[in-house]
Amino acid sequence: MQDITQDKLTIYGEHFDSRLLIGSALYPSPQIMQDAINSSGADIVTVSLRRQNSVAAGEDFWQLIKDTGLRVLPNTAGCHSVKEVVTLAQMCREVFQTDWIKLELIGDEYNLQPDPIGLLDATDILLKDGFKVLPYCTDDLVLCQRLADLGCEVLMPWGAPIGTGKGLINPYNLKTIRERLPEHTLIVDAGLGIPSHACQALELGYDAVLLNSAVAGAGDPVAMASAFAHAVTAGRLSYKAQAMPEKDVAAPSTPTMGMPFWHQN
Amino acid sequence: MKLIYNGQDIQVDGGLSLQQILVSHGATPPFAVALNGQFVPAGLLPETKPESGDSIEVLSPIQGG
Repeated sequence: MQDITQDKLTIYGEHFDSRLLIGSALYPSPQIMQDAINSSGADIVTVSLRRQNSVAAGEDFWQLIKDTGLRVLPNTAGCHSVKEVVTLAQMCREVFQTDWIKLELIGDEYNLQPDPIGLLDATDILLKDGFKVLPYCTDDLVLCQRLADLGCEVLMPWGAPIGTGKGLINPYNLKTIRERLPEHTLIVDAGLGIPSHACQALELGYDAVLLNSAVAGAGDPVAMASAFAHAVTAGRLSYKAQAMPEKDVAAPSTPTMGMPFWHQN
Repeated sequence: MKLIYNGQDIQVDGGLSLQQILVSHGATPPFAVALNGQFVPAGLLPETKPESGDSIEVLSPIQGG
């Protein structure tokens, strides 16, 4: 039997119990946000920066996050250029006092697809500036390899476009990345809708999932956060337990030896 | 002189530091500052003096996915 308590998620040399990273946006209320984050069992919560005169930016929100006691992972959501994303990462580092950055650089407004070329440039700049970069990227093997070559220890390919809830739209690509980068921490980021999507990602060998809308947008975010926590645990245990080989032809599970009435008709 | 502060046009006296401008506009921690798209570390705010037409961004924590 696998001892899951000794099976940790590793992010740039630090170890965490939970394989679910959760976002802090889109909840119906601050209280539900806090309750859902707690219910998820996550050790890491994502946050961002916006203009101080915008709605809900500031000390009140930050205090709620600090009260959770979780590690924060700032993002660069909404940036469309290398210059923007580098500046925002530097600002995040000062405010949140962490060198972790969830690097988001949007290349297309329609599906919020990451800009792979700009992402490589920005990653190179930020790694050299001392950041520990967690790049949000597409499920392109070569892009992931290039990010790994630059020095990223963690890669976060999408399951599907942000907020769609479609699940893993290209499991083959995700599986190939897992096989080709066996030593890297891989996190499916974005596009998950229901807990079975998270379970599938972990069953493919992914180390964790990062999600927000699937919990915040559920009818009962607190219950859904718990459901995702269970799904992630199930998926990880399944991966470690090594599933049976799939077959094309049926094979009986009940022994045929000693079958009564055999060839009597 | 005219500056742009979080997207809004403002008028300030010339020669003021970023630190003085932030105080006069009620900026409250936690925040980080960029001038014309370049990050300005907190330690440099007292000695950084914007010029007319410059753009200041003052950002604070918010929800994120």
